Amino acid sequence: MTDTIADHAAPDLQVGSPLVEMENVGKSYGAISALEGINLTVNAGEVTCVLGDNGAGKSTLIKIISGLHSHTEGTLKVDGADCRFGSPRESLDHGIATVYQDLAVVALMEVWRNFFLGSEIRKGNYPLAPLDIKGMREIADAELKKMGIHVKDINQPIGTLSGGQRQCVAIARAVYFGARVLILDEPTAALGVKQSGVVLKYTAAARDAGLGVVFITHNPHHAYMVGDHFIILKLGRRVLDKKRSEVSLEELTTEMAGGQELAELSHELKR
Amino acid sequence: MSSPVATPPSPPSPPSTSAKGAEPVRVQRSLVARVLARPEIGALAAAIAIFVFFFAVAPPFRTAEALSTVLYASSTIGIVAVGVALLMIGGEFDLSSGVAVTTSALASAMISYQFSLNVWVGVLVSLLISLAIGFVNGYLLVRTKLPSFLITLSTFFVLQGLNLGVTKLVTGTVATTNVSDLDGFASAKAIFAADIPLGFMNIKMSVLWWLLFVLFATWLLLRTRTGNWIFASGGNQDSARAVGVPVAKVKIGLFMGVGLMAWFLGQHLLFNFSTVQAGLGVGNEFIYIIAAVVGGALLTGGYGSAIGSALGAFIFGMTTQGIVYAGWDPNWFKTFLGAMLLLAVLVNLYVKNYASTRK
Repeated sequence: MTDTIADHAAPDLQVGSPLVEMENVGKSYGAISALEGINLTVNAGEVTCVLGDNGAGKSTLIKIISGLHSHTEGTLKVDGADCRFGSPRESLDHGIATVYQDLAVVALMEVWRNFFLGSEIRKGNYPLAPLDIKGMREIADAELKKMGIHVKDINQPIGTLSGGQRQCVAIARAVYFGARVLILDEPTAALGVKQSGVVLKYTAAARDAGLGVVFITHNPHHAYMVGDHFIILKLGRRVLDKKRSEVSLEELTTEMAGGQELAELSHELKR
Repeated sequence: MSSPVATPPSPPSPPSTSAKGAEPVRVQRSLVARVLARPEIGALAAAIAIFVFFFAVAPPFRTAEALSTVLYASSTIGIVAVGVALLMIGGEFDLSSGVAVTTSALASAMISYQFSLNVWVGVLVSLLISLAIGFVNGYLLVRTKLPSFLITLSTFFVLQGLNLGVTKLVTGTVATTNVSDLDGFASAKAIFAADIPLGFMNIKMSVLWWLLFVLFATWLLLRTRTGNWIFASGGNQDSARAVGVPVAKVKIGLFMGVGLMAWFLGQHLLFNFSTVQAGLGVGNEFIYIIAAVVGGALLTGGYGSAIGSALGAFIFGMTTQGIVYAGWDPNWFKTFLGAMLLLAVLVNLYVKNYASTRK
């Protein structure tokens, strides 16, 4: 995995330099405002954790960065240039790759086809040029072996892999295709303890190779293990924005669990 | 191993040190497992069984002439079924394909005859009309995000009405005038509906075209980027879109592919019979869909094959003709169709679960 990242991560990444900057970004669906006044900076070589309960606006936020929705307020800058993505393709072309929790892969397609989906290698650049199937199989096989992912057969449908393995294949794919910003949408939500550990290690490895990582989660323990910067969203607004040095796990957990509201609730329920 | 400049001095330890030592072992799945995972395997078994069955019970079925008739009947189903199979793999289906065949034949015949043009003009204009019908289906689908069932059901009724209404307005009857005297008829017939003598039997041109379309579609699906995109668009369109697959274009293209196949069959029917009945084609859309499903296409998309659709069409070609050769009431065909569909859906469900469970 480290080899994969070192080989394919864009060489011009400078740790600490901002890759994506959001200023006062908001998104409203008609009269409903799903996200408002979000300031967020993704620096190279850092993990920015976005935490929040269900419906806090985490998904809307990543959909804006990954190009599935475009924002309605504020500015989104990638490498200092204003951007408004109309499709995921545009976002990918800027080196922003997203690994989704639920829609990471096409279950019935083979592992290697999933690995190269959307970026297939072809023998020629004309319409209907044949795919370089042998080459793609070999690359996918080699990349997965490097990561120590135990896939019995590179030709088996990816739906036959475990959740953690699928997640790792998706991350490996994003990194292999030269992502500079990696967005991980709840990568550990559906996973067991051990598989979560594997995904967290890959996340750290990607960070160490100089990628900017946005880690979306509702698990403060996972976030605190890899994060450099923490943002908590609540009802589409930012309620906490602190560097790792300014915040403790307890504070993060309390804030995530509802903070003041939770204290009141526990007081109320006290017998 | 070279680290990029920006990497901190000590490279991080590989994530799974334990796995580093034990090289993951790749195992080829057994031949049986791989063959069973093919979408067309059920259809192949059924086709062989049905062939053997009619071969046993219907003596006239055993002749080369009967085989030629069966192949011809299969080709008239199979040509559109190829397009429908690709569309279904792409996650949509089309209820308007049956009447779209008639629309293309009617348009071609009436344009050539009414304006006294070379038939090739009609052929080309009807091609544009057929592609436009496919485009409208696809465009409405991706814009409105309504289920393809509703959109193509609307198209089905619109076209069914247009076929009868326009034909009556133009010719005064419900059939087109005979086009066999027009310029270019002979060459068009040679391309779309010629008989090819093979010595022991005659083969219709449409059979060859059908096989060609099946081969092309198979190659497209398995060997090109477009094919990858078709599978992905049907299998999980959100994932596909997220990794940069132009799902909307793929779907519109697939509907236009069905339009293209409907156009081809329409031209074949026109030049084979020289005249077209305006009410034809209603109900055929289901036969195309069932041929694709029997051939292993999932109704939910993302799985299926072009060869499977050909096997499905062959099964129905054999059955329609076999029932006649066996001297039974042809009405039983519909019952057979329904039973086959149910069986195929159950087999497909089983195959899909088999292919996507953890091993």
